[in-house]
Amino acid sequence: MQDDIFEISGKKLSSRLFIGTGKYASDHMIPEVCKSTGACVITVALRRVDFNAITDNVMKHIPSHMQLMPNTSGARTSDEAIRIARLARATGCGNWIKIEVITDNKYLLPDGYQTAKATEILTKEGFAVFPYINPDLYVARDLVNAGAVAIMPLGAPIGSNRGIRTEEMINILIDDIDLPIIVDAGIGKPSHACQAMEAGADACLVNTAIATSENPILMCKAFADAIRAGRNAFLAKAGATSQLASASSPLTGFIHNDEGLQ
Amino acid sequence: MIIRINGQDLTFDQELSIQNFLDTKNISINSVVVELNQSIIPSDKYPTTWLTHQDNLEILRFVGGG
Repeated sequence: MQDDIFEISGKKLSSRLFIGTGKYASDHMIPEVCKSTGACVITVALRRVDFNAITDNVMKHIPSHMQLMPNTSGARTSDEAIRIARLARATGCGNWIKIEVITDNKYLLPDGYQTAKATEILTKEGFAVFPYINPDLYVARDLVNAGAVAIMPLGAPIGSNRGIRTEEMINILIDDIDLPIIVDAGIGKPSHACQAMEAGADACLVNTAIATSENPILMCKAFADAIRAGRNAFLAKAGATSQLASASSPLTGFIHNDEGLQ
Repeated sequence: MIIRINGQDLTFDQELSIQNFLDTKNISINSVVVELNQSIIPSDKYPTTWLTHQDNLEILRFVGGG
């Protein structure tokens, strides 16, 4: 089989597993997670420097070949998301930006309208915009029109590890939206990621499930395997299903069949 | 003069550039991005950008996130 390269915004990616950098017990694990997964894309957040705390610089731990995807977490409006995006780009990290606009602190569900507004403006400013949304067809269509380079629908609330609870709605986006679909949030186990990829998602972003497992290095490898398995299964196209059994072995030549002895 | 830095009002007696402030906190210019009164300041302008009373300075950096 030819290499299954995922190209997005002019960048060829050899892995369909996008990883985050949050919640690790130690940021020192990040290089090994990058290496073990073969991931090419990694997310970071932008925050005020805390002058009263000695904090590690996460950027020291991110291999230079990784494509950075800063997020706009903390933004409550499109204007705040735009401000964060511009600041992120000013660091020199490139023009990729994952738009998150959230005002709901209980479920951290994204605001589709504000997200679309930010996407439209940032696209015009030359950003490659990856909007994080509820898997809503109309919001996704608005984002296509606004110039997004991919759509990032959630499987379940951020950090919940509850799996692809929005499966049917994500499947509609996969079917109808002519942009890469990157499932983000809620993926708690490799089987969840495999399920999304089998259904035809183009990639998955996984952070909490890896970072908070007891063995992040082993878990990230499991996720990389699951993403490959799901992708290969999608490309191979599953066989037909049926209500009744269909024998896999021949229905002739049984040992108890004595018709031939007469 | 009083300058709001990362949401906190701080008082300074002497003239202060962005570079001066970063130096007092041992912050490498390569690890941060700086916004003054909602305008992004290029790092090569830190030594020559002088802070004035009631300026609003934001100094940010990347942290772990998903």
